[in-house]
Amino acid sequence: MNRSAIRYVVLFFVYGFAQVLFFKRLVLFDRAFCLVYVSFILILPISINQLSLLLVAFLLGVGIDVFYDSLGLHAMSLVAVAYLRNYWLSAITPQGGYDSGTSPTLAANGFPWFALYSAPLVFIHHLLLFFVEAGGFHNFWFTLSKVIGSLFFTLTVMFLLQYLQRQR
Amino acid sequence: MERLFKFLYQYRVFFSFLGLEFLCIWLVIRNNQYQGAQFFNTSNRLVASTVSVSQNVTGYFSLQDINRQLAAENARLRNELERRSLMPAPRVPVATPDSALAARFEFVSAKVINNSTLQYKNYITIDKGAADGIAPGMAAINELGAVGKVKQVSKHFAVLISVLNIDNQVSCLIKRTGYFGTAQWDGLDPRVIDLKYIPRHVPVQPGDTIVTSGYNAVFPPGVQVGVVQSAVVKEEGPFYDIKVLLSQDFGKLSFVEVVRSYLKAEKDSLETTLMEEK
Repeated sequence: MNRSAIRYVVLFFVYGFAQVLFFKRLVLFDRAFCLVYVSFILILPISINQLSLLLVAFLLGVGIDVFYDSLGLHAMSLVAVAYLRNYWLSAITPQGGYDSGTSPTLAANGFPWFALYSAPLVFIHHLLLFFVEAGGFHNFWFTLSKVIGSLFFTLTVMFLLQYLQRQR
Repeated sequence: MERLFKFLYQYRVFFSFLGLEFLCIWLVIRNNQYQGAQFFNTSNRLVASTVSVSQNVTGYFSLQDINRQLAAENARLRNELERRSLMPAPRVPVATPDSALAARFEFVSAKVINNSTLQYKNYITIDKGAADGIAPGMAAINELGAVGKVKQVSKHFAVLISVLNIDNQVSCLIKRTGYFGTAQWDGLDPRVIDLKYIPRHVPVQPGDTIVTSGYNAVFPPGVQVGVVQSAVVKEEGPFYDIKVLLSQDFGKLSFVEVVRSYLKAEKDSLETTLMEEK
C-alpha cells in the first residue's frame, strides 16, 4: 500500500510537469490541445477515498492552472471529472466486478473497456474547460471544434501512454 | 441538529464537491477581473524560473527572426536619424514641450518567457517585474506594434494580458480619418482583431492603418495595431464590423518594451474627479 502511494505521488508530479512543460506546447491545427494530465485522475485506484480523490484533483488542477495563468479553470473541470469518476466506474462495472485494490487502467481491463471509461469523462472535462474559458456560448461551433479536436488528441496520447505503462 | 449533521456527513462527498467547485468558480471570476500582485500564476518566482528554463531551450529556434527584426528596426531608426540631421535647425525655437510632457513615457525592455495565442484568454509572461519599476496597468509594445497590458507583477516577473485576450480592450483610432473605436479580439483567429464602435457614416476602407489612440493612457498614442482587412456595415447596424489584420506576430513574440507612463496617475485622477461630478 505504502509503495503504491509513493508511486502515485511521483506520478502526480510527472503528469503535472509533463503537462506544463511539454504537452502544453503540443497543439494541432491551432485547436486540438493535449490535456493528458486528466488521465492521472482516471487511473487512481478504484478503492480510493472519494474525498481525497476530489482534493487530489483540485491540487493537480490548481497546479496546472498556475502555469496556464487561468486560476480555477482546470481545477474546476478536473474536480468535476473526479466527482463523476466513481459513479461512472460503478455504472460500467465489468462482469464479475473489479478486483480489489486494482486501478482502472488499460492493462487491467483491456482497450474497449478503457475507451468506454475514459472518453466520456475526458469529454466532460474538455466541454467544461473550453466553454467556461470562452465565457459562454458565443463562438459555439469554434469552441465545440476545440472540444472535439482536443478530445481525440488527448485520448490518443492517453492510450499511447497507457500502452507504454503496460509493459511494467 | 443531530440529524442535520448526519445528513451532511452522509453526503459529505457531494458537499465537498460543491464547495470545491464554488471555490474554483470564484477563482475564475476573480482571475478575470483582478489586477495586482498575485501568487498563483506564472509571475510566481518558482513557476517563472521553471517556464524560463523551458523557454531558453525553445528560444534558440526563433533567434534568426529576432535578429532580422532588430536589424530592420535598426535600419529604420538610422534612416530617421539621418533625415533629422539633414534638416536645417529652426532659427526660431519652436514651442518646446514641457519637460514632464516630453519625458512622460519610459521604456523597459523585457524578454518573453511564456506566451500563448490559441486560448481565449491569452497571457504573456515577461522577465521584468516590480524591481524594474513595472506595475499593473502599464502597456507593453515592441517594434511591430501593441502587445498587451500588465496584469500582475512579482518582484522579477510580470504577467501581461495579451491583446489576444477576449477580455482586453484597446482604444484605437483610424490614422487616416482620426475616428476612434475599441479593438477587441473575438477569440477566433490570432492574426485578426475586431475594431468596434466605428459609426457607419465614417469612411473606412481596407488598407487603413489602425493605431492606438492614447485616450486611456495605457498605450502611448500612435502605436501600430494593424491594417483594416475588411469593413462591412450591416443594414440595420449602427456600427461597422471591421476586421483588422494585426501587425504584431504574436506567435513569434520574443521581446517587448514595457511603457512606464509618468502622467497616467495625473490624467486618471483628473478624469476621476470629473466623473464624480457627473
